[in-house]
Amino acid sequence: MLTQSKGIQEQCSTWIVWGSAILIALSFLSLLGDLLWHGWAQLSWSFVFSPPQNAGREGGIGPILLSTGLIVGICMAIALPIGLGTAIFLAEYTQGHHRFGRLIRGSLDVLAGVPSIVFGLFGNALFCQALGLGFSILSGGLTLACMVLPIIIRTTEESFRAITFDQRFSAAALGFSRSTTVGCILLPAAMPGLLAGSLLGLGRAMAETAALIFTSGYVDRMPESLLDSGRALSIHIYDLAMNVAGGNPNAYATALVLVGLLLIINFSASWMAEKWTTLNQLPT
Amino acid sequence: MISSSSNILPHFHSDHSLLWGLRFLALIAGSLLLLIVMFLLQESWPAFQHVGLRSFFTDEGWHPSEDLYLLTPMLWGTLWASLGSIMLAAPLGIGSAVFIQYYAPSFLAKPYRRLIELLAGIPSVVFGLWGLVVLVPLIARWQPPGPSLLAGILILFLMILPTITLVVQASLAQIPVSVIHHATALGLSRWSMIRSVILPTAKAGIFTGLFLGVARALGETMAILMVCGNVVQSPSHLFDPIRTLTANIALEVAYALGTHRSTLFVSGLLLMAMIVVFVVMAEGFRHREANAHTK
Repeated sequence: MLTQSKGIQEQCSTWIVWGSAILIALSFLSLLGDLLWHGWAQLSWSFVFSPPQNAGREGGIGPILLSTGLIVGICMAIALPIGLGTAIFLAEYTQGHHRFGRLIRGSLDVLAGVPSIVFGLFGNALFCQALGLGFSILSGGLTLACMVLPIIIRTTEESFRAITFDQRFSAAALGFSRSTTVGCILLPAAMPGLLAGSLLGLGRAMAETAALIFTSGYVDRMPESLLDSGRALSIHIYDLAMNVAGGNPNAYATALVLVGLLLIINFSASWMAEKWTTLNQLPT
Repeated sequence: MISSSSNILPHFHSDHSLLWGLRFLALIAGSLLLLIVMFLLQESWPAFQHVGLRSFFTDEGWHPSEDLYLLTPMLWGTLWASLGSIMLAAPLGIGSAVFIQYYAPSFLAKPYRRLIELLAGIPSVVFGLWGLVVLVPLIARWQPPGPSLLAGILILFLMILPTITLVVQASLAQIPVSVIHHATALGLSRWSMIRSVILPTAKAGIFTGLFLGVARALGETMAILMVCGNVVQSPSHLFDPIRTLTANIALEVAYALGTHRSTLFVSGLLLMAMIVVFVVMAEGFRHREANAHTK
């Protein structure tokens, strides 16, 4: 009797687990399928390069693609050096109970959880108003830089920590200075991890909308300088879907471009990470 | 790293400047959080002064033009949407992590995991677009008007599910094989083993995943802005349109001035406080798990 009820329980749980997995896979596949189905029809080279017309109902996304590139470029140009420096400091100069190091790590953990809309508020108050940059590509890029910093630091620090101590001991035994050790031995070894972290940060920056609405603004013209307002891809999707009647087809096409770019970025990040683990497992 | 206070190695000038450079960069990164909190406080100060904390909960409504700043409807909107989504996503997220680790045949486990990873990277605005075009009309056909608390819950559920699944699965993968061998040797069936051995062992990881999921749900803006209807009211049932704190900020900051703008910063501060609590709890569980594995 006992074994029978156990058998039924076992079977039921198997059904439930398989059922929920199939349900989840189906809903996600329907999302991706819907995106592909509606977006593909609109997509063409001229869509990618021509400027939007009639509030985005017609025309393409050329200037928007450029603005997105500029925003993300500024974001990475600021976040990379700070992120790399902090990661090296945390991994190489702070031991487990180093107080300054623990404080920074804790603050970064919390920073990673701060919602993007709060970054938007902060960016609006600091960059747009206090520093007087207004709604501009520069403000947007700087705001995103604050947001992706914890991601870059965490991944890069881990990749530095994964390097075997032998390499540091050998360098010290050869009489290398710490800066030579870091620059010529550890940095090249941690490079795939750094690249993976940067790509993850890049993906996060590109997917972002809420932090950009009131920092980089809505203007969909071709940006002429970094102080111009520029519209990112994600904001274009939002605007077309919510504020423009009949904007859905182009919103889908833009979403397809954005998701395509993110897929390329994310897959190269995971490829990098995999390559880095296999490299580190090789006998030296 | 190697270090000793009286170093026998020659002292390099470049080392010294490198260390100070790195310290400076780390200081910038570390003080960012403080800077954010300071700016939020500074911007929300006028609201605390002119409106006062009590009015946010006792005013007659949200009418910034008439100096009425009631935040409770938005607070309820945020709380109900997050609660609903986590109640759906917790069992299904843990379930799909268990599926990847113990049920799926190996040719399915990897693609399924890839699919979930892929979804973790889909921007929220794309979820919102899909919700607006597919989900909302579906709900409208069943129970008009369509944009509703239910739509928000379902979209949030899809968005936090990958977070929970990936964190829980990573923690399940860390369980030593010996635990599974012992359970099998005791003659436990697969389900009994998962229920009474695996899940309790992975408890810390599961809580990390759930708390991170809640934090993400509370802070989510774009998708929920696009599917919830944004009517300022405390929802009385699932099909009522709602407006969350995040949506309120996103909709109004662009044109808000003076006390109104300041009130929006107060809601940002409130949101951040709630999320920080969950993130800190999640990190606490993560550390506990990491310690358990090094012992």
